[in-house]
Amino acid sequence: MRYSGFHVIWEALTGHKGWTPAWRDPAPQSDYDIIIVGGGGHGLATAYYLAKEFQQARIAVLEKGWIGGGNVGRNTTIVRSNYMLPGNEPFYEFSMKLWEGLEQDFNYNAMVSQRGVLNLYHTDAQRDAYTRRGNAMRLYGVDAELLGRDQVRAMYPFLNFDNARFPIKGGLLQRRGGTVRHDAVAWGYARGADQRGVDIIQNCEVTGFRITDGRIAGVETSRGYIGAKKVGVAVAGASSRVMAHAGMRLPIESHVLQAFVSEGLKPLIDGVITYGAGHFYVSQSDKGGLVFGGDIDGYNSYAQRGNLPVVEDVCEGGMSLMPNIGRARLLRMWGGIMDMSMDGSPIIDRTDVDGLYFNGGWCYGGFKATPASGYCFAHLLARDTPHPTATAYRFDRFRKGLMIDEKGMGAQPNLH
Amino acid sequence: MIINHPLLGPRDAQEFTYLGDANLLNRPNPDAPDAAERFYEYLYLRDNPAGLHRELWYHEQGDRSWLVVTRNTLTHEITKVELARDVARAAQAAGESA
Repeated sequence: MRYSGFHVIWEALTGHKGWTPAWRDPAPQSDYDIIIVGGGGHGLATAYYLAKEFQQARIAVLEKGWIGGGNVGRNTTIVRSNYMLPGNEPFYEFSMKLWEGLEQDFNYNAMVSQRGVLNLYHTDAQRDAYTRRGNAMRLYGVDAELLGRDQVRAMYPFLNFDNARFPIKGGLLQRRGGTVRHDAVAWGYARGADQRGVDIIQNCEVTGFRITDGRIAGVETSRGYIGAKKVGVAVAGASSRVMAHAGMRLPIESHVLQAFVSEGLKPLIDGVITYGAGHFYVSQSDKGGLVFGGDIDGYNSYAQRGNLPVVEDVCEGGMSLMPNIGRARLLRMWGGIMDMSMDGSPIIDRTDVDGLYFNGGWCYGGFKATPASGYCFAHLLARDTPHPTATAYRFDRFRKGLMIDEKGMGAQPNLH
Repeated sequence: MIINHPLLGPRDAQEFTYLGDANLLNRPNPDAPDAAERFYEYLYLRDNPAGLHRELWYHEQGDRSWLVVTRNTLTHEITKVELARDVARAAQAAGESA
């Protein structure tokens, strides 16, 4: 079934009796050509692009719980490509371009909204750093505008421009950045993959890898053994746990990052704002809730919930940036588990086991990367060579000292 | 989280700075022939367990001692707190890694 405006009207007039499930619920076959472990955004995108762009068949996605139940449903929905380093910027811009055509591509309404991402600066030094970042972005053909104080004031007059300690001096704006309805990304990719023959198998936890003579043979799961020629693991948050089944230790620590939604308010913020002097970033959902977040809690955790000191810190950051939210009530808060890699950048690479591939270490920036991550991982799985935009995301960069230290921080040094 | 400091009693975790896995106490021998490989593993690779985790916390807003805290990463429950000094000395006396 192809979704369209006409289809919605037709169903509305005929009692909505024609809708069918968006994807099947197949039982696992005895073996596949390619198995993707992890039915989150990245895993589903990988399966989708494998089937669509790389003409692969006999693909399965194995998901421990239900698809989209992990970090793809727990983030703050922001997409942007305002990176600086050569290893990063082409990749995130590739992702941005995929976001721009995504809904037409997979025929699903993901509510891609390029409402602009504004990073505020508060000192001369910070302005210089943002000038440099903006110039680096423009060298890669990415849009970036350095705004002065008056231009920011015209956009967001309610911000606390005259804060005695951190006055707002201006901001770096990427107009093509914005937000995307995160659950719909997982659902759209799932539906698109399913239509192309991918088996999406939920409630199927991978409990081990079967490896013979240094080559992957298949995966042990809670629903029995499934053979595979190639296995791709995309389980950010649980990467260390899953790869431990293959005897690997990763350059990753799992940390918890919290996010928050306020009660619904009238339209206030039409873009995304990040505070340059504290850990706070905010946008407003179409339902009116302010969606915001801040730091990781800063200690290893798999608990999917954080502690109150960070809640207080984030709300203090919000109050010092925009005091007008002081009477808004918090509606919900939650935590997601981040793969904090040691240099703050991701990994899309082969492993020491033939036919076993890894995608993870996304820190707290995985959502914006979803399309490119899926595309590049599919490229690696199908052709066994990295996609040109993802050549730097290798395991051995730590051993060789080729870190991609965009901000010079991974799990440490507590600068989040 | 409340960390039950061996010398000062229960203290709020906010007073502390987190460093990571207590294996960081076991710095490899820089003169060993395989020192480069050992330091790579020491610096970058982690067990990152889901469950009990021995980790280093620094009492920055307090007595500036380093602690080895045993904490469950699934529940955040803290089951054991030791002075890192004692852990390191005990390991040294036993002639093994901490």
